[in-house]
Amino acid sequence: MEYSEKVMDHFMNPRNVGVIEDASGIGQVGNMKCGDIMKVYLKIEDGRIQDAKFKTFGCGAAVATSSMATELVKGKTVQEALEVTNRAVMEALDGLPPVKVHCSCLAEEAIHAALWDYAQQNGIEIKGLKPPVNDVDELHHGEAEEE
Amino acid sequence: MATKIYMDNAATTPVRDEVFNAVLPYFKEFYGNASSVYSIAKESKKAMEKARGQVAKGIGAKPEEIYFTAGGSESDNMALRSIAESLGKKGKHIITTKIEHHAILHTCEYLEKHGYEVTYLPVDEFGKIKLEELEKSIRPDTILISIMFANNEIGTIQPIAEIGKLAHEKGILFHTDAVQAVGHVPIDVTEMNIDMLSMSGHKLGAPKGIGAIYIRKGVPIQPLIHGGAQEKRKRAGTENIPGIVGLGLAVELAVSEMEVETKRLVHLRDKLIHGILETVPFSRLNGHPTERLPGNCNISFTYIEGESLLLLLDAVGVAASSGSACTSGSLDPSHVLMAIGLPHEIAHGSLRLTLDRNNTEEEVQFILDKLPGIVQRLRDMSPLYEEIANKKA
Repeated sequence: MEYSEKVMDHFMNPRNVGVIEDASGIGQVGNMKCGDIMKVYLKIEDGRIQDAKFKTFGCGAAVATSSMATELVKGKTVQEALEVTNRAVMEALDGLPPVKVHCSCLAEEAIHAALWDYAQQNGIEIKGLKPPVNDVDELHHGEAEEE
Repeated sequence: MATKIYMDNAATTPVRDEVFNAVLPYFKEFYGNASSVYSIAKESKKAMEKARGQVAKGIGAKPEEIYFTAGGSESDNMALRSIAESLGKKGKHIITTKIEHHAILHTCEYLEKHGYEVTYLPVDEFGKIKLEELEKSIRPDTILISIMFANNEIGTIQPIAEIGKLAHEKGILFHTDAVQAVGHVPIDVTEMNIDMLSMSGHKLGAPKGIGAIYIRKGVPIQPLIHGGAQEKRKRAGTENIPGIVGLGLAVELAVSEMEVETKRLVHLRDKLIHGILETVPFSRLNGHPTERLPGNCNISFTYIEGESLLLLLDAVGVAASSGSACTSGSLDPSHVLMAIGLPHEIAHGSLRLTLDRNNTEEEVQFILDKLPGIVQRLRDMSPLYEEIANKKA
């Protein structure tokens, strides 16, 4: 298994690590069993994501996808942010090893969870946004390959 | 970054200079097939029998009880599958442990699919089996006990002599996977009542692709690989003479140096273990504090994940390994760390550093200098540590 240069860059020099004290929405996904937990903070003003931060417990791919996903949603409207899918995150990182695809799903889900939190707090509905799934790894278990 | 410090010697070791030089003539000069009659083949045969003697002497066996294989996995497969086949009519029960190498565990799973029953003994928090539990699990149809000598992940050494004694009192064959132990801890198959023992060359400075199995005279073994008459018809295939020569010399050297080298390694190991435990908060030692391999250090760091740790260590030139799910290719952390009762969050954050003859005090100091900062860097990124840090503040 080998990571792309982009994955290594985002792991070694992760963008947007930290917390936003007055976040508009916070989302945490993943579980201890699989060993990946991502927490995303979003600052949203006038329907646009002004800032995004994360904290992640996980492998190199988990850190890199958190970094890239927060990077991709910054400056986007809430609707545009929904289009930042796990595929988009993976492509921006020049791909992930097959066993690490679930990390990109987790990153997408973490952004969605933060948006969901924002929507709940403000009593608004974001078109196409579903309640967060916490156990992303269960969903994507089948994608993991044995060594 | 290029690897400056190699501390993954439980995974594999570099070939020793003495071994490298000794095997070279057997590639181009003495290349004869040991089964042939001309003089060049006699050189191969002679070298092979010398190596057989060296391996036998290293573990207290007779030369005719050593069979060369392609490595530890083949030896493990051969021991389990051939005893199951030979004694299947007598009984179909095998006893092993939950912390064996996959070469044993997956062979057991294979045998379970073919009508055999396997008891997987639990281990205590240090990774040791309890003799009472072993005794209780023995049944009239038990045909084999297979318990590893020393664990590859946490280094814990099992009470092999006591297990051998019990097995023999009950008239049950005893196999031990000694891949991590040969050349690193004293072994005497006669004193320890071991009937079969698996070993691998590349864990002690011999090349990869060579191993051996000791089979006590009289144990009903079957070949795993059928073909020619090599190894008294127990293991077909033209002998890997360079590998065999290398294994023989590597065992001889390791055993002759063991006393001095063990002292040196235990000192380095304990310096590493205590240094890390003292400087990194929320860390714990995995495995037994004293009854462990001289070169094994396995420590868990709460709130961080092992693969990230390995990548950051690699970035400063250190090669190590981890029992985290992300390094195992599955979603579960190491079965060994789970068996000693670690919760998932602690098992995911494990680091294994395995020292050998090439490692120095300076290297240990380098790791002690770098590791606390690396762990802290990952903790600063971890949402789990944030909760703890907030509670403390």
